[in-house]
Amino acid sequence: MSIDKKIVDDFVKNKIELVTTVPCKQLAGVIEEIDACKDIYHIPSNKEDEGMGICAGAFMGGKRSAIIMQNTAIGVTINTLATLTQYYRMPLPMLISYRGELGEPVACQVEMAVHTKALLMQMNIPTYHFHQQSDVEELNKILEYSFMSNKPVAILTDASFWGGY
Amino acid sequence: MIRSEIIKNLIPVISDHFVICNIGLPSQEMHMMDDQATNFYMLGTMGLSSSIGLGVALAQKQTVISIDGDGSVLTNLGTLPTIANNVADNFILLIIDNGSYGSTGDQPTYAGKKTSLTAVASACGCENVIECQAEDAVEVMKNAIDSKKMTVIVCKCESGNIPVPVITMDPVVIKHRFMTELAKRNA
Repeated sequence: MSIDKKIVDDFVKNKIELVTTVPCKQLAGVIEEIDACKDIYHIPSNKEDEGMGICAGAFMGGKRSAIIMQNTAIGVTINTLATLTQYYRMPLPMLISYRGELGEPVACQVEMAVHTKALLMQMNIPTYHFHQQSDVEELNKILEYSFMSNKPVAILTDASFWGGY
Repeated sequence: MIRSEIIKNLIPVISDHFVICNIGLPSQEMHMMDDQATNFYMLGTMGLSSSIGLGVALAQKQTVISIDGDGSVLTNLGTLPTIANNVADNFILLIIDNGSYGSTGDQPTYAGKKTSLTAVASACGCENVIECQAEDAVEVMKNAIDSKKMTVIVCKCESGNIPVPVITMDPVVIKHRFMTELAKRNA
């Protein structure tokens, strides 16, 4: 099974019915699977904080949701995470492409990569770093953990995990 | 007519429905005049009222009204294409357009100058966009609810505020009672 399919299968297994996405080259395959999945409503967002608002609404409307985005988005969503997702105690799995890690060809991506984990730690957001393909085996439990605890969780997926650039 | 008067006039029409209230004075005014479980008060995240409302509408069947402001919509302008392309016929976005950032001291917004949010919403692909004056807000809202079509209302009014107390209710309580009432109505 492809890694993209495995991720989407775990989303469905955890009853995630709405997924919002802001694309990244590394996430193209998983976004394609989300689009093809009949159990998930795919709603692309124009900015990640907008997407988190949609996810918060869907959750209150009774549907589990998740966001797929790039790590640069941590820079634009801190306020939303603090004053919406965390303040109202809502679950939010965040599947994040971890650009700027080993193998990265674009130097500017490193500038947010060096802040990514520090920002997530500052926000007290449980963070998991997928580096090898086998790390995906933990995804199901991470999703369960987000919905059990009503907290956002970050799953950072680097270039090695996706099999290079 | 200013925003608080529009909200006061709208209460008999929207009270039965689920309302996402924009941060600051709109939430505080709704809280003061008609606090109930069907209101979700935004205590933070300026700009996301329409996004939260769209999410609630897409997830279930009850009518959802987002009360937003021109300044807040300008903050999250990307919301309009998303709304246009993900039609939820149980969703109404009410933009109370007083041409100013009311909660922060009535600084002028671009919507009060050259920018028309009505034209922007239409250009983004929203199909039912109605611009009205404050005096017509009740009638336009009634029609929008009855139409069962996703509608964007841009309600023009004057800038100005009344004194209102801050909301001290715990955010988890706001969320919980909103979700409980929504689940009950959908059962």
